[in-house]
Amino acid sequence: MERVSADQPVSIPLIPFSAKDRPSTDIINTCVHCGLCLSSCPTYRETGLEMSSPRGRIYLMKAVDEGRIGLESEVFQEQMSQCLNCRACEAVCPSGVQYGAILEASRAQIEQARAAGKIPARPGVPSEVPDNPALPPRPLWQRALRGAVFGGLFKHMGLFRAFTGSMVLYQKSGAQWIARKSGILKLLGLAETETMLPALSGKMIAPRGQIFPAEGQRRYSVALVTGCIMSTAFAEVHEATIRVLQKNGVEVILPPGQGCCGALHTHGGDLDGGRELARINIAAFEGLGVDAIIINAAGCGGTLKEYGHLLHDDPAWHERAVAFSKKVRDIHEFLAGIELNRAALGRLEISVTYQEPCHLAHAQRISAQPRALLKAIPGLELREMHESALCCGSAGIYNVTQPEMAARLGARKVTNALATGAAVIATGNPGCALQLAGELRRRGKDVQVRYIVELLDESYRRGPAPAA
Amino acid sequence: MNRTQLVEELRRVVGPGGVVDNPHALMTYDADGCVMDTGEPHVVVLPTTAQEVSGVVRLAARYGVPIVPRGAGTGLSGGATAISGGIVVSTARMDKILEVDTRNGRVLCQPGVINWELSQYLKPYGYQFAPDPSSQKACTVGGNIANNSGGPHCLKYGITASHVLGVELVLPDGAIIWTGDGSPAAPGYDLTGVVTGSEGTIGLVTAAWLKLTRLPEALRVVLALFPDIAGASASVSQVIAGGFLPAALEIMDRLAIKAVNDMYRLGLPESAGAALLIEVDGVEDGLDALLDDVTAVCRRNGAIEVRPARTLEEQNQVWAARKNAFGAMGRLAPTYYLVDTVVPRTRLPYTMEQVGRISQEYRLPIANVFHAGDGNLHPIILFDRRDRSQNQRALEAATGVMHVSIEQGGVISGEHGIGVEKQDYMTLLFTTDDLAAMAGLHQSFDPHDLFNPGKVFPKGRGCGELAALRRAGIEWSALKGA
Repeated sequence: MERVSADQPVSIPLIPFSAKDRPSTDIINTCVHCGLCLSSCPTYRETGLEMSSPRGRIYLMKAVDEGRIGLESEVFQEQMSQCLNCRACEAVCPSGVQYGAILEASRAQIEQARAAGKIPARPGVPSEVPDNPALPPRPLWQRALRGAVFGGLFKHMGLFRAFTGSMVLYQKSGAQWIARKSGILKLLGLAETETMLPALSGKMIAPRGQIFPAEGQRRYSVALVTGCIMSTAFAEVHEATIRVLQKNGVEVILPPGQGCCGALHTHGGDLDGGRELARINIAAFEGLGVDAIIINAAGCGGTLKEYGHLLHDDPAWHERAVAFSKKVRDIHEFLAGIELNRAALGRLEISVTYQEPCHLAHAQRISAQPRALLKAIPGLELREMHESALCCGSAGIYNVTQPEMAARLGARKVTNALATGAAVIATGNPGCALQLAGELRRRGKDVQVRYIVELLDESYRRGPAPAA
Repeated sequence: MNRTQLVEELRRVVGPGGVVDNPHALMTYDADGCVMDTGEPHVVVLPTTAQEVSGVVRLAARYGVPIVPRGAGTGLSGGATAISGGIVVSTARMDKILEVDTRNGRVLCQPGVINWELSQYLKPYGYQFAPDPSSQKACTVGGNIANNSGGPHCLKYGITASHVLGVELVLPDGAIIWTGDGSPAAPGYDLTGVVTGSEGTIGLVTAAWLKLTRLPEALRVVLALFPDIAGASASVSQVIAGGFLPAALEIMDRLAIKAVNDMYRLGLPESAGAALLIEVDGVEDGLDALLDDVTAVCRRNGAIEVRPARTLEEQNQVWAARKNAFGAMGRLAPTYYLVDTVVPRTRLPYTMEQVGRISQEYRLPIANVFHAGDGNLHPIILFDRRDRSQNQRALEAATGVMHVSIEQGGVISGEHGIGVEKQDYMTLLFTTDDLAAMAGLHQSFDPHDLFNPGKVFPKGRGCGELAALRRAGIEWSALKGA
């Protein structure tokens, strides 16, 4: 029987990793191939395929690193793209393999090779590089998306807010109805993506140096990262966050000049784009003298805490980045770490199940704190769902680049959530919130998706029952 | 015969989404948890039913191609590695729990169900699947049956063989049989017993009735710290000799503690040369008294401190550290060789001393994390695979441990199976007659040697040859090296 083996000589020369943003050989070799990560990996659980597991993906990186295969490998490209970067594997890895770092570097390698025209553009990881004229053009929708994500939009918050404004108009004007009916979205490949759009709030929060005073005696002073989508589509969550902090004797500052955290860029392999945004934020938050830099979106928090790593090769910024990251606290982490103002919490007689955002549970290892906060609300019943920490399939722009796998995982998550019979699914990340709401809407289920801070805010606003 | 045609026919059996034949994808299947031996399969299939497995097996028989079953690929002896190519049959998509029958104390499930998830599923019923290998968060029930896996709690509850009531088996000719209906004490040959621990060499399990074990009413976990491993080992044999039956008795030595201390925030002192993890379980009444008796034995043997894990969280922490210790070795060295042998408990202190001597002799650090209660050693030889000399010394050190274990009246595998890793050590333990008896049994199931070939039996010698040696009255060991 003839044997087809990957190490047979092939006619095309292999494209190796290049020096810039090369995945670390040391990190790759920390993997001892034990396989304990397999059961935590959403794509492995869905497919059962070894190459779709963290161990398999690291094996592929190792193969490129050792020159046995090259960046042109379709399996390599596909697997680097199919990974959700949820980092559940990292949290369970006994050897402490820093998987996120080597995955993001591998994606950067693919993007660099695409930019240089060495490999053709393929669906999956979008990039901001112009299409190579020698290669077939990308589909229209992908180009539009790439432009939106990696072009100017996320880098200039003014533009971003203007764009979001037009989307509000789109939703409210009836254009959405026409677009849905006419099938134009399907034509553009945007049908799946469009159901994800949140019912946008008309409000927006633009950080201009506002200071929200602490209620009662000031215990702490913090600066809030307002971000991109959180400051527009989820502006109400920021308002809730500010009110909850104020209730806890915390003064909140919204430093001007800050922008998107760059998570979508770094996760997508556009490390330089991420670095550019990181520098903007570091500069905006430096010298404020605050006790903490607060973030209420899990995905952003994970990235903000890793600015030190992102800029490790930049001598002018590395130390400043490390200092910045040290101050970053996820809102749940912060609230659970101070003495929570329980006296002012009012009763909320609701059943809630908690969906753990990957970048909270795995990237930041914050799992107990959100639950502790939910349990602090009088009357609230927390019903644990099966596979709470298995990715919901949102993963940044993953539900746009890998719609099929995203839909499978979204369905799996919502099935698990609905099985609890809870009236509310609580979470702490915009991607998860959109993904869950989209799937619930598709199923016509009347279950709410709320941020934990929104529930805390509601409880505070209700206030304690007057003493009998 | 050609591969393209085989792949085409396999697609017809399991569907196009159930076949992997891209060479780069196949590369990721070239090893399981043991990377000492590698081999790429020609093709991987992911069936979902026994009928599909049977179809695949019939094709393999027609094409004369090996079948290699694979669960999660966490095994440590190369049992799931396609060392001579062929079809890897992955059970990853046969992951359903089919029926929980509490009245008869049994659960029916497919082989790809993850061990830990089975126990989680059974928890609300008040039951568990007792065998709990350290890899239980990822390993599958099918792999447990194939390797007759053990685990920390097997000290009290017995290894996998004690928990398999009957299996659905696809034989090498494609026939599907049940070895039992899940009721105990069936008449006839104990085929369930034959299958358990056969490492995929006589058939492929497609479903199993497993025994339910009641969750204990209460349990206690403590860590006893010793200045050295001798005191910890001595305590273990005295505890057992004293008639106590803890749920688990596990030892970690200084190097192992170093690997897990930070990751699992154990906060163990540098002065601890060994930690003995003790778990007792049962009815609440009397449990504390039992624990006092056991810890008193430890103190008499020089324990410097006894730390109880009071909360569930603390208990989980301690257990996570113990169970993930192997994986955590990546923090100490790029490669490890995990040796799995058993010695009589009373021989533990001497054997551990010898392991220390071997470490010095071959100039390689050896960490120890093991099921002390069962006398099941797990010396972990740390080395760098890229260094040829270290590679060689690691293999020699492992052989040294095997020899010491057998000299002390032990065996060469506690629970990880033989696979390819230990096949050449079989002759240290078994006579040619022993091996030939096993080979004869194997041949009656798999006459063409297509089920996980090249495993378990000594390398390069087929079962037919073993049987011939026996007839000629020649000792296998006499031929070694010839």
